[in-house]
Amino acid sequence: MISIKARNQIDVWIAKYPKDRQSSAVMQALKIVQAENENILSASTIQEVADYLDMSGIAVQEVATFYENYNYKKVGKYVIRFCHNISCMLNGADDLIKHIENKLGVKTGEVTLDGLISVKKVECLGACVGAPMFQINEEYFENLTVDKIDKIVDNLK
Amino acid sequence: MNEVCFKNLTKDQCWSLKVYEDSGGYSAWRKILKGELTPEQIIDELKLSGLRGRGGAGFPTGLKWSFMPRHSNGQKYVVCNSDEGEPGTCKDRDILRFNPHAVIEGMAIGGFVMNASVGYNYIRGEFMEPFKRFEGALEEAYKVGLLGQNINNSSINFDLYTHLGAGAYICGEETALLESIEGKKGQPRFKPPFPANVGLFGKPTTINNTESFASVPEILRCGGQWFADIGVENSGGCKLFSVSGHVTNPANFEVPMGISFKDLLDMAGGMRDGTKLKAVIPGGSSTPVLTAETVMNMTMDYDGIEKAGSMLGAGSVIIMNESTCMVEVLTRLAHFYYDESCGQCTPCREGTGWLYRVLKRIIDGNGRQGDVDLLLSIQNKIMGNTICALGDAAATPVESFLRNFRKEFEYYIKYRKSMVKG
Repeated sequence: MISIKARNQIDVWIAKYPKDRQSSAVMQALKIVQAENENILSASTIQEVADYLDMSGIAVQEVATFYENYNYKKVGKYVIRFCHNISCMLNGADDLIKHIENKLGVKTGEVTLDGLISVKKVECLGACVGAPMFQINEEYFENLTVDKIDKIVDNLK
Repeated sequence: MNEVCFKNLTKDQCWSLKVYEDSGGYSAWRKILKGELTPEQIIDELKLSGLRGRGGAGFPTGLKWSFMPRHSNGQKYVVCNSDEGEPGTCKDRDILRFNPHAVIEGMAIGGFVMNASVGYNYIRGEFMEPFKRFEGALEEAYKVGLLGQNINNSSINFDLYTHLGAGAYICGEETALLESIEGKKGQPRFKPPFPANVGLFGKPTTINNTESFASVPEILRCGGQWFADIGVENSGGCKLFSVSGHVTNPANFEVPMGISFKDLLDMAGGMRDGTKLKAVIPGGSSTPVLTAETVMNMTMDYDGIEKAGSMLGAGSVIIMNESTCMVEVLTRLAHFYYDESCGQCTPCREGTGWLYRVLKRIIDGNGRQGDVDLLLSIQNKIMGNTICALGDAAATPVESFLRNFRKEFEYYIKYRKSMVKG
């Protein structure tokens, strides 16, 4: 069931689009529903979004599998999305990704045993002059070094 | 430096309505609301200014706006493309964070010129800080009555909304972006029809880049000629360049078009640790790479960069020093396009994966004789054979890396190790 709170959030997005164009809100609806379900989408939540927006299940499924921001596997409470594209790569991102893997004892794509942190390699996040950089949930962290990463990660609780 | 989009960059709370209005912000919009500026006058000023689309294609903005059937009946839309994601590009993020009102004013002006009463700003899903800044600015603008219905009794309507992406580079392609706002997969549409005739929700639509919109208010305040004179022939005004990679102080610089590459490099503090320049990608990952020799006399404007053999693109200057292995860089870029291909056109869907797999086997020490020619042949079959420009964007780096640094690839295949890193 989509909660009342989530419905209200989705309704804010629906109001932005012309009448009968509520399917425009599907990308945000999926994000909102995902956030309420331990950051994972499932077949049933996708169908609930479809029902709420009066869309076919397959239309929502297409969107949910096309975009990168949706998860189908368990992720951590904190998701570290490490950019490994060109500007970050030139500034040592690969070594820093190895460092974070060793520090947390996980590979990219995995979650720490306590469920706190998962790490993912992602494509350009559009902060190239602050390379190397990563995103933790909504926040960007730029000009990363080993020391800086240690401090940031140690503070995640 | 910093005369247009970054005008208020060093001021405290530079994103606030107060700072924006104190520096002349919304004066063009207020003139419009008072009936002192006509759509024709605005288009003339924009044409005079020489402003060209800052998202990468460089199409003259004034001309684009004149294409809209403003007198046709029914709803029309203006859309801002803030889906910034081309590797090396990070200027729109700073415009949204530090000067959101310029984007709002530019979009409102665009709405007036094209008789479109609704606008959407498509912001990439990861840009939550810029999104919140922009939403905050929208709230301020609505509060003082600069947006909405019958604004200041002018009978002008303009409502502006944000739309958030969810992680897909292809949505920066304008028709994929429209599909995405409609709640679909971001797969580009075949053109024609062009968005000016059949755009968002099937209605006439104009899509411009964030920096283009943000430049419009200042052009109208100071005049098209003023803007044109900042730059050089064919490249009016100033432009934001994101200088990243092996420089001492990577940053965004808003500088006059036509400045020399050397000066821009100096502004970024020169090469890091006194290393030697090896290669430059001047306009974002999909523009051809240039060698150090070629760039030294290059000027940073549309014609100057084209003369050097590349494109200005979004002004995303990626600097590489002599320690850079070009095989590694190209492999990373190939992975990007493989990852981001929407899958609609066979040459791109299959070709980008094929390019990546061949490069990956070279990097893994399993390269085969003939792989260089194979890569060239694959890219040649993608180029020009897809609905949108992503195919060309994926093919271009392959062609230019191999043309300029072929020896490195051949060495890697023969000796199964990097010529640069050993």
